[in-house]
Amino acid sequence: MTAALSIKGMSKTFDVSAPWLNRVLEGRERQFVKAVSDVSFDVTEGSCFSIVGESGCGKSTVARLVTGLYRPTAGAVNFTDRDGRRLRVQMIFQDPHSSLNPRWRVGDIIAEPIHELQLRDSRAKTKQRVAELLEIVGLSAEDAVKFPHEFSGGQRQRISIARALASEPDLLVCDEPTSALDVSVQAQILNLMRRLQKELGLTYLFISHDLSVVRHMSDHIAVMYLGRIIEQAKVETLFQRPLHPYSKLLLDTIPDIHAPHRAKDSQAGEPPSPLNPPPGCAFHPRCPFANERCRHEEPDLLEHVQDVVVACHAVEEGRL
Amino acid sequence: MFDGRNEAAPQDSRTYPALSVENLTVEFPSRRGVLTAIDDVSMEIHRGEILGVVGESGAGKSITGLAVLGLLEAPGRVAGGSITVGGRRVDGLTEAELTKVRGREMGAIFQDPLTALNPLFTVGAQLVETIRLHTDLDKAQAREKALDLLREVGIPAPEDRLKQYPHQFSGGMRQRVVIALALAADPQLIIADEPTTALDVSIQAQIIALLRRLCEDYGTGIMLVTHDMGVIAETADRVAVMYSGKVIESGPVEDVIHKPHHPYTQGLMNAIPSLHERVEELEQIDGSMPRLAARPGGCSFHPRCPHAGPRCRKQMPPLVPVDNAMAACWLQQGGTEL
Repeated sequence: MTAALSIKGMSKTFDVSAPWLNRVLEGRERQFVKAVSDVSFDVTEGSCFSIVGESGCGKSTVARLVTGLYRPTAGAVNFTDRDGRRLRVQMIFQDPHSSLNPRWRVGDIIAEPIHELQLRDSRAKTKQRVAELLEIVGLSAEDAVKFPHEFSGGQRQRISIARALASEPDLLVCDEPTSALDVSVQAQILNLMRRLQKELGLTYLFISHDLSVVRHMSDHIAVMYLGRIIEQAKVETLFQRPLHPYSKLLLDTIPDIHAPHRAKDSQAGEPPSPLNPPPGCAFHPRCPFANERCRHEEPDLLEHVQDVVVACHAVEEGRL
Repeated sequence: MFDGRNEAAPQDSRTYPALSVENLTVEFPSRRGVLTAIDDVSMEIHRGEILGVVGESGAGKSITGLAVLGLLEAPGRVAGGSITVGGRRVDGLTEAELTKVRGREMGAIFQDPLTALNPLFTVGAQLVETIRLHTDLDKAQAREKALDLLREVGIPAPEDRLKQYPHQFSGGMRQRVVIALALAADPQLIIADEPTTALDVSIQAQIIALLRRLCEDYGTGIMLVTHDMGVIAETADRVAVMYSGKVIESGPVEDVIHKPHHPYTQGLMNAIPSLHERVEELEQIDGSMPRLAARPGGCSFHPRCPHAGPRCRKQMPPLVPVDNAMAACWLQQGGTEL
């Protein structure tokens, strides 16, 4: 089992300062947001690694760091070499409406990576490859001459997947690929992604806020809160026995059609602003188990039992 | 489902159901002919009850909510049927009459709380304005009432919050303000259109709990429009499943979720990945909902239905009682053969 992707101590800080003149006139300091801090994980080849968390936790920033759309402030992203060449990475975005150029025909959209990377040496071969890709994702070769607006949301996401596959990638970074889709269409896309993973031996880095989708798709899962991974485990382990109080909160609050917890009182509190994170453990203002240590000292990500790492003082001290 | 509709002459509006929609049809005239977005939809919401209206995009669930509120955008129009809120017909009212009913008799909560609030006025000013518009309270009393409402929806430090602008609130807190606004005149009915879709799960659970509590305390009827079956399971008492402009199944929430009768509802339930077990492949409904301009004849689900027969291609099945619920499918009505 080799790691296709290995991330060590990756951080990303954004400068969100007001413009220079405003700072001078209003006497304000420069301001930074730590979107991702000290994140490390390995993604095993052929597996699906998921990152879950609520909005603003930094999961999409991780996706963009992995694909090189952002440059990390610290740390490194390492891809394994496969057969003497570097691993190829592609990304699938959330919104299939804005990620396809409305003025291009579908065939041209899918052919662009092939031209760009010179994967085929003639027009005819490119065209043939585009037809093949369209059929792989469940569309027909004739769809190549149509424009994106002629397709439904689910079909457009299939086009995005075909375009991602055009560059013959080994690793697909999927940032909320089904969040904009209806449930019945979501099932189609998830089934397609599972089938492609099996047939093409793809590795997925899957970003989502939807725990039921993550459970269906992934082998390993990392839960992020305010820029940090707070728990990481095999998916079965995490769903059966979440350790971190935040993982428990997430699993408790997700609406469950089969076992609705209507009587349960929901826990109060909201995620703090990343601009002004609380000291100590970022979750302590919402945590029922927080004590003095949690308010001052940031917990390290420690291996609690085999293959489960948790960043929580309460778990470490055995208070939980 | 429609029990007790025509019983004894009611004394005041409070004995009527919060909402009664009968045979509602909504049309959109277009250059290519008249498009029927809502086709013969009936539903009823009692006081203190939450009716979940669920369906995928394009099913007509939001249009139903907008039609009740009288907010259909031209050229959309109510072409048939009736809408009665607390015993009072509201379809066909003039804009001036509607303005009085809207806000007082029915409140609205929409998906995006940021667009529902005016960014240029403080939350307090907006609450006081709404309260004074719909009640006889003076300014000081209205301010007291605004404070009560903010407390009621769970906003900490309401005195300070009254002076703040919407951008100073988080998404969840903003949605609470919108709920407070909807409650301002103690309406009989609240239309909540995807009230938690823009929120994170942990905040969503808080808003769901709040809606349930308010519904019980105030006796308000709530129409909860959403695409999320999970939210329906957690919140609603009864549910109406819409497909392609029609209600195809309705009934108590446990019945519809655990024993769905319509093949679409069955497919929808099986397409949702489970939190408890992992399956190799999700059950999928092939294809997608037909576009408004290209709805097929007969049962509009037949092109995607695994059980479709010749009858389904020709005739639209009516909504009839099946066990505790109602379903519109020929399978329950003598088979799919002609």
